[in-house]
Amino acid sequence: MKQGWLAGVAMGLVLAMGWSSAADAQGRTRVTVYTALENDQLQPFKQAIEADVPDVEISWVRDSTGVITSRFLAEKENPRADVVLGLAATSLLLFEKMNLLEEYKPAGADALKPAYRDTSGPYTWTGMDAFLAVVCFNTAEAAKEKVSAPTSWMDLTKPEFKGKIVMPHPASSGTGYLKVAAWLQIMGEQAGWAYMDKLHENIAVYTHSGSAPCVQAAKGERMVGIGFDMRGAREKTQGAPIDLILPKEGAGWDMEATAIVKGTKNLAAAKKVADWVATKKANELYGRYYALVAHPDVKSAPPNYPADAEAKMAKNDFGWMAENRERILAEWTKRYDSKAAPR
Amino acid sequence: MSANASFTRDREARVATLLLAGLAFLLVLLIAVPLWSLLSKSVQNSNGQFVGLANFARYISTPALVASLWNSIWVSSLVALIVVPLAFLYAYALTRSRMPGRGLFMAVAMTPLFAPSLLSAISLIYIFGNQGFLKSWLFGASIYGPVGIVLAEAVYCFPHALMIMVTALRLADGRLYEVAEALGTSKSRVFFTVTLPGARYGLISAIFVVFTLVITDFGIPKVIGGQFNVLATDAYKQIVGQQNFEMGAVVGLILLMPAIFAFFVDRQVQKKQVALLSARAVPYEPKPNGKRDFALLAFCLVIGGLLIGMLGMAIWASFIRYWPYNLTFTLNNYNFANFDPQGWGAYLTSLKMAGLTAIFGTTIVFFGAYLVEKTKPAPALRGFVHFLAMLPMAVPGLVLGLGYVFFVNAPWNPLGIFYGTLTVLVANTVAHFYTVAHITAVTQLKQIDAEFESVSASLKVPFWVTFRRVTVPISLPAVLDIAVYLFVNALTTVSAVIFLYGPGTKLASIAIVHMDEMGAVAAAAAMATCIVFTAMAVKLLHLALDRVVFARFQAWRKR
Repeated sequence: MKQGWLAGVAMGLVLAMGWSSAADAQGRTRVTVYTALENDQLQPFKQAIEADVPDVEISWVRDSTGVITSRFLAEKENPRADVVLGLAATSLLLFEKMNLLEEYKPAGADALKPAYRDTSGPYTWTGMDAFLAVVCFNTAEAAKEKVSAPTSWMDLTKPEFKGKIVMPHPASSGTGYLKVAAWLQIMGEQAGWAYMDKLHENIAVYTHSGSAPCVQAAKGERMVGIGFDMRGAREKTQGAPIDLILPKEGAGWDMEATAIVKGTKNLAAAKKVADWVATKKANELYGRYYALVAHPDVKSAPPNYPADAEAKMAKNDFGWMAENRERILAEWTKRYDSKAAPR
Repeated sequence: MSANASFTRDREARVATLLLAGLAFLLVLLIAVPLWSLLSKSVQNSNGQFVGLANFARYISTPALVASLWNSIWVSSLVALIVVPLAFLYAYALTRSRMPGRGLFMAVAMTPLFAPSLLSAISLIYIFGNQGFLKSWLFGASIYGPVGIVLAEAVYCFPHALMIMVTALRLADGRLYEVAEALGTSKSRVFFTVTLPGARYGLISAIFVVFTLVITDFGIPKVIGGQFNVLATDAYKQIVGQQNFEMGAVVGLILLMPAIFAFFVDRQVQKKQVALLSARAVPYEPKPNGKRDFALLAFCLVIGGLLIGMLGMAIWASFIRYWPYNLTFTLNNYNFANFDPQGWGAYLTSLKMAGLTAIFGTTIVFFGAYLVEKTKPAPALRGFVHFLAMLPMAVPGLVLGLGYVFFVNAPWNPLGIFYGTLTVLVANTVAHFYTVAHITAVTQLKQIDAEFESVSASLKVPFWVTFRRVTVPISLPAVLDIAVYLFVNALTTVSAVIFLYGPGTKLASIAIVHMDEMGAVAAAAAMATCIVFTAMAVKLLHLALDRVVFARFQAWRKR
């Protein structure tokens, strides 16, 4: 009979152990980092940070820009992240305005290009690199169907592209939102929405992530992908028959930036990570993927990256993008979210 | 009866009651409270104030969301209409013919069970996508959208429908056929007056099961749905994409309705099905019939070939360097660190999660079933536990997952520290698959004569000793069945856990969704391949182990 009791107690113990197995017994400080960096960048970034800041362990939570942004906002009463790293500056501006970021200026921040520094109010975020939305154009598929390459955004509304274009969903993807915001800024609100109405007729699908369009174009699954520049360049380097085109009206862009989350329990470790972000060494790492980085002394040219990118960057007001984010996304969702629904 | 014996009996009853109460508490926590959280979330605004049906009103007034509801309904109905007749014919071939290779065909039909649902969607993209080699077969239609969803769901649901149909067709009274033959009834008349009516409850049950599986499946429409919105992807978009928990809860509740409806229909049907077969029934033995067997063999070859082809396509694609421009062999797609932050870690996390689910799930389920089935005290409590155990059957994984999000995330909940941990994933998975495991355990326990308990009682042996020394050893095959069932399902589930994983606990099935999202379809296929092979290896191990266990512990079954 005693054995029976013992068995019961043992079962309870096993249960309790299972329950607590989640507890972490690492010596280093585990820093939870919310990020929208590309998946294949996460491993090199983690290794680099942990090598330079030895007492920190990076634990990534990665998703597309829009998802990370809304997740962060949803958790604002009870933040789960210590650091936000590699998220669109427009999102960080939004967080800053809602007083969700810790005031901290990384040690090397003053050495960075002025555009990559937080200039408004308390210093919270630091820029890392800039990324553009480009047109990835599959030349092999275009040759088959005898379609000539687009040179302007307007070209994409031509009937020969019907059902052949993919772009990211702006609510989930940072690349998608910056594109929509750029059209509205370049063309003006009314003409911008009119343009998107026309473009919508040619869109096959709005993808969840900003990298999927260029990948799908690279694989010939679609002819045209409006997407994340760096992904297009990487696919081209892998042998995909695509050209990266920057339309003549100018390309939308955003900055990836880093900030410390207000209320983090690991403030000391978070500051070290923020310091790392502003170092030249870190910027050299960014330069492996991006053409435009924050540090003025780092010159980078990732293979197959379009040479005229910096010249084609459209005028962009981050403050406007952050302030109008919710309104623009609501309007966009109302107009285009249900592609298959009867119109 | 001596005073001593009655004292022992009392103590035993107290222990049993206590254990039952503990189990009831656990199940309320794992199953009932999350569901209640979902319900209450759907009538709150984002600040947690009660707003009545305002969220539902907003749902109805959003045209895109209502369109998804309609899309979900017609797609699910169509899949049921396609799959159930095919499964019926396939099951007919397996149970009512002398076709060769019936065991093999059964095994082949079960293969989709070992893969996450979205594997068939990935395969379809390779076959019928814009660069697919059979694209022309679609006559210009796009695989992205309802066509792809219906085809992929048909593959995914086929084994589920087939299992029900095989069970239904196996229950046949041979005497009816003998009488029909003696009376010279035509074959088609026998089919329509004997065979079909005999299987009608199975047919109804299968239709509802398939409908529910499709309407709540998230993986397939996510991968191949294109811009064709359905309820399950809406829930994901609302919760993960826009963190709009209230609207997500509304969608979850809408998804719950067909499932609950199906559950009650199924229960009614089961009751009737039992009454169909009387004690004097004679099992039906099909007679050889060359023409019929050949036709059925041809049919099974086509269906079986399609199922194997779907699986094979994804496996093959996972070894291709750069579809469609460079078809050379590569292992690069298995270097998951290039595609996902967790790399192979996600696969290991999945193994760990599935292992823990199997261990804890089997322990709780089997001991729980024993308490319900074999102990005497507190009948009301036992009934309540049984009810809780049957509840998950009516709750789709996606809905349960949503309930867990709201429950664990609630600011008042001290269990919030488990948010995103393996503990929550295991608890959710155990709850999600509780019912089938519970039914398996109860069925096994019902086969064991209640005399064991009576004899134990008269020998003053308490029930926990009987459980350990008699019940568990003779039930080992069933225990193993439960463990393997939980393991395989924990490995392949997507919809329940997609909302629950946290940093460091991303599962392989979720990694597949994420890799597909960023366009790395080949890597997604590679991860799916890993899951398939692991699940199949475990199943084969199970079969081998079953032989050993049966040989050692089941000798008593033979006379």
